[in-house]
Amino acid sequence: MSEVPASDVGELPPEALDIDVAAFTGEFPIRVEGLRNAFGDQVIHDGLSLEVRKGEILGVVGGSGSGKSVLMRSIIGLQTPEAGQIEVLGRSITDAEVDDDIDIRARWGVLFQGGALFSTLTVAENVEVPLKEFYPELGSDLTHEIARYKVVLSGLPEDATAKYPAELSGGMKKRAGLARALALDPELLFLDEPTAGLDPIGAAAFDELIVELQSTLGLTVFLITHDLDTLYEICDRVAVIADKKVIAVGTIAELIATDHPWIQEYFNGPRGRAARDTRDRLDVKRHAGVKSGDSAASRGA
Amino acid sequence: MRSFADFSTEAGDADSDGGGGTLIFSGPMLVSGLGMIDRRLRDLQGPFKTIDLGQVESIDTVGAWIAWRTARDHDAKIVNCSPEVERLIEAVSKAEGGGDIRPIRAKFLERVPEATGLLVTGWLSGIKGVIAFLGAVVVAFGAVIRHPRRFRTKALIHQFELVGVSSLPIIGLMSFLIGIVVAQQGAVQLRQFGAEIYTINLTGRLSLRELGVLMTAIMVAGRSGSAFAAQIGTMKLTEEVDAMRTIGVSPIEALVIPRILAAVLMMPLLGFYSSVMAIIGGAAIAALTLGIPFFTFLGRIQEVVPIHDLWVCLVKAPVFGLIVAVSGCYQGMQVKGNSEEVGLRTTMAVVQAIFMVIVLDAFFAVFFTNIGWA
Repeated sequence: MSEVPASDVGELPPEALDIDVAAFTGEFPIRVEGLRNAFGDQVIHDGLSLEVRKGEILGVVGGSGSGKSVLMRSIIGLQTPEAGQIEVLGRSITDAEVDDDIDIRARWGVLFQGGALFSTLTVAENVEVPLKEFYPELGSDLTHEIARYKVVLSGLPEDATAKYPAELSGGMKKRAGLARALALDPELLFLDEPTAGLDPIGAAAFDELIVELQSTLGLTVFLITHDLDTLYEICDRVAVIADKKVIAVGTIAELIATDHPWIQEYFNGPRGRAARDTRDRLDVKRHAGVKSGDSAASRGA
Repeated sequence: MRSFADFSTEAGDADSDGGGGTLIFSGPMLVSGLGMIDRRLRDLQGPFKTIDLGQVESIDTVGAWIAWRTARDHDAKIVNCSPEVERLIEAVSKAEGGGDIRPIRAKFLERVPEATGLLVTGWLSGIKGVIAFLGAVVVAFGAVIRHPRRFRTKALIHQFELVGVSSLPIIGLMSFLIGIVVAQQGAVQLRQFGAEIYTINLTGRLSLRELGVLMTAIMVAGRSGSAFAAQIGTMKLTEEVDAMRTIGVSPIEALVIPRILAAVLMMPLLGFYSSVMAIIGGAAIAALTLGIPFFTFLGRIQEVVPIHDLWVCLVKAPVFGLIVAVSGCYQGMQVKGNSEEVGLRTTMAVVQAIFMVIVLDAFFAVFFTNIGWA
């Protein structure tokens, strides 16, 4: 047995060791309580509460302008709420005085609606930004390799790495945005309408990709969507935002059992029924058996 | 506090497996725990037959990638991993990409001639583009004259406010200060000849003929020309301009003509106002330091400044306004691609406008002197 030279951890700058990386072990990675958001006189959220379970894909639905994106922005600390408590991975977002207090940024990935890629960087460089920001010690060879496989993993062709965002179509931008969101293998993934504007084939592939990633990495996914097929296909639970709060959370079957008019209209409307019928016909429970609990083992201890 | 992954090696048993060693990973093989392990792995001398992941605490795609790549490089087999990890490794191995990180850059000797060529053809097409744009503006003007109801009065009034009214404070202050500087510096020089009284001529004529309108043009280029380019450029990016076209609204009529008209009509007023403020500034400093009473200074202005100096001001001003507005709108309409270009085009609009204004001002100076408005 020959020993390899001792670990060269000592060469890292001391602040690099401060990054908090311990995996979250609690039950609810995201907890929102009594959230109130308002722009001027217009109240978006009032007394909104929501808990996201570890390892689940939570779909968030609501009418246009009901504040789904504002909720996501509040959770990730981009929007300071007027009142309420938000906890992500056990850390309070609302008590953070400055941005640096939110030291869990290395542990979540965010996909914005339009991709929000840095337009002056290539796709691969976009993916490398979080890697270089948090883990510069990995070295550029490995960082390049990671960027390449993340891009392919997100469903882009391999020659897309050297392209600039302006050269990509809308769907490719979303995939590139997903590659960047996944750059650090985060525990938490925030997706803002990932399948909006994709063709049905692309949207289905995107859904499959998210399930695959969620089941292999044990991710917790916060997914805003208008896509009923996505809700039926991949979401473990669905939260409905209406009347400025989360009016119901549960599986789609549970939601349909409630008698709230908006929920009834949403799931029993023509589109809702069509999506359910498609699902019944196919009768494929794609992520059966690889559910959250045990799959998280690959990432946890 | 972070903990880090590590590895150790074990020499193989020459009898049973032909001398290949075993590479044993341990610790958290997560992106946060890999540290500089990759560089050490690359330097590692093989050969290895097996890679043991049995002691790994946790693993993510980056760890899986490293394990798989090392296995591939050494032609080794990965053992002792759970089905989940196997799936992860399989997913990662299928995702190997060979693309470039950045587009391939040409060699220096190829790049320079290429850039030069592109610059020259860019000038040519730029000139063609400006002429085409001016043509489109003229056509749109014609259309607006033929169909006066299509003229956007509201937009024009709004631009009047932005270009004219809201720039009054800054242009007034700037001109006042310039007047002070000209009068004060002029007085210092003229005192040597005992001709301090000519400070009035100097301030009055210089303000009206040159400084007032030139400084105003530069200020309007910086304030409004840049705003034109940025506004129209952003509208191009968000496809607002395309949306206008599909609805049948001509972007030139709706966006460009109000801005050009506003600049052309506001510039003479602003230029005159600027000259007046400069003269007041000169009069103020003269009253304070030269002992020329304020109203005497203003009264003398009427006697020593010929009326054609005012005409020079009023003729130049709309032309400068036209240059500033056309340059801003043209650059704005050229934006395509990304947000970086908005900034680039805005800068170009301001630089070109100021440059053209100064070049044209030199021509005007010679021209007006030659026709006897000296």
